[in-house]
Amino acid sequence: MKPAAALDAMDRRDLAWYADRAAQLLIFTGGLSAIVFVAAIFVFVTKEGLDFVFSALSLGEFFTSIAWRPTSSNPTYGALALIAGTASVTGLAMLVSVPLSLGAAVYIGEFATGKVREVLKVLVELLAAIPSVVWGFVGITIMKPLIEGVFGVPLGLGVLNAGIILGLMAAPIMATIAEDALKAVPDGYREAAEALGATRWEVVRKVVIPASRNGLLAAVLLGVGRGFGETMAVLMASGHAINLPTSPFDSVRALTATIAAELGDTAEGSAHYGSLFTLGILLFAVTFAINLTADLVVRGTRRK
Amino acid sequence: MNRSGAPKRAAPVAALLVFACGGGSDRAQRSVIQNKGSDTLLNVAQAWAEAYREVAPDVAVSVTGGGSGTGISAMINGTVDIANSSRRMRDLEREAARSNGVEAVEFVVGYDALAVYLHEDNPIRSMTLAQIGSVYGEGGSAETWSDLGVAVPGCGSDEIVRVSRQNNSGTYVYFREAVLGEGDFKLGSRDMHGSKDVVDLVENTPCAIGYSGLAYATEHVRMPCIAAAEGEPCVAPTLTAAEDGSYPIARPLFMYTAGQPRGAVKAYVDWILSNEGQCVIRKRGYAPIEDVACG
Repeated sequence: MKPAAALDAMDRRDLAWYADRAAQLLIFTGGLSAIVFVAAIFVFVTKEGLDFVFSALSLGEFFTSIAWRPTSSNPTYGALALIAGTASVTGLAMLVSVPLSLGAAVYIGEFATGKVREVLKVLVELLAAIPSVVWGFVGITIMKPLIEGVFGVPLGLGVLNAGIILGLMAAPIMATIAEDALKAVPDGYREAAEALGATRWEVVRKVVIPASRNGLLAAVLLGVGRGFGETMAVLMASGHAINLPTSPFDSVRALTATIAAELGDTAEGSAHYGSLFTLGILLFAVTFAINLTADLVVRGTRRK
Repeated sequence: MNRSGAPKRAAPVAALLVFACGGGSDRAQRSVIQNKGSDTLLNVAQAWAEAYREVAPDVAVSVTGGGSGTGISAMINGTVDIANSSRRMRDLEREAARSNGVEAVEFVVGYDALAVYLHEDNPIRSMTLAQIGSVYGEGGSAETWSDLGVAVPGCGSDEIVRVSRQNNSGTYVYFREAVLGEGDFKLGSRDMHGSKDVVDLVENTPCAIGYSGLAYATEHVRMPCIAAAEGEPCVAPTLTAAEDGSYPIARPLFMYTAGQPRGAVKAYVDWILSNEGQCVIRKRGYAPIEDVACG
């Protein structure tokens, strides 16, 4: 067999050959650009934030104090309340979205057939395309009075509101990925189980779900990543108050929302600016870790 | 590119040419004034720019918002002719501008009365600065409405829901200085992202208290009169009270020019400070620098 270069040299240099080469180059650039962008964002965020981390930041204060007062005459940069805010909202969102999305995935993937299945799939994908500011608007105009009316709390903006909104936002994406994971289970498994006399529910519960466990876990993790990084809807629905939540009705403030609200009016290069980028580094590190875990988990499924 | 696209694309190029010529020559060409900054002043700045088109058709004023800090940064970097700000430029910022060869010159163009907003069912009619401080300030004692001696109908939990602004808005900074002095805000306030958001939230929340510019008042909120101290007269937030200085939390609104204004910029600033310009700001709900008679 001749080496590839020699084979290349034998090709005829006609239009199709050049078109082929151009397409190859285009696709290669496209693939490469993802790496370039991630690296560039990483470099930019750390470059802007790192100065501050080494010069002015006390890590102890950052992780243990709730006093986030970057514009005070003696500024303090405690991010504990912001971390707790993001964690509590994301946690509640997962409580909402995991059962919803996995239920939807199992129904669409295993039970629904024909038209119903197609319509549901399209609707779920449509749900994923609703802009987050619209969700935030729903949080303010529909969920807020609802929560105030039902529970009699003074202000319906808080963990519960943001958690539900975020859960509904994350569910469609999780459902789509989970359904893909279910689909990846070979039909032979289902047929074998049915041949042994299992009911459809038994097939799903004892064969399909265990076999796609890793894929489902990856779907959940990506949902967590989505929740962690969501900004606009959380900013609008969480109440945006620095607070360690003790009940689902407490207002909280998320890391992302803090960056969004404060960065626009902050002088470039100031300590406040650097502290916001430090929040960015934290967010980047956490979402990176979540997505990496999800990816490794999916790889685990494929290898089996 | 289709053919019908060509004339459209020519327009921005033409604008660039005009812009390029406007800087250099003294001939009667269109000159462009770049004006940027405070969101509080944005509405007024746009109204000024629009009205000025009638006065001097050969001058175009391009107005953008983004906040007082953004405007001042742009002034420091020398990219704007006039920066709008709802707070005074800090010494550090002046230094930074000076090191870039820009000497910022300050003009007070009007006053904004900050009103304290309450839900319309709230029975409170008057507040002292000390009371407001005890609600908002770090270490302040007022956590519930009964601490202030009232019961608010519709607010079963009695909790005071404090509504504030994001920590770098001009409104936040001014309110902190005027009401809390050297002190800090209590943590846990709901920090809204716009003047109007504060009023909207208070309007819909019986337990809430908020502060925002008088220009954002609606019919469905209550604005108590404010006394500078116990025993002093209680002044209702009105344009007149902001103008004559009797209202305790009215702040000046600033425009900064890069160096002593000359040419078109000077004419524009002079016009803003004239009767005609001051009537525009009054119509937008802010107090003019002195009493003006408007048609």
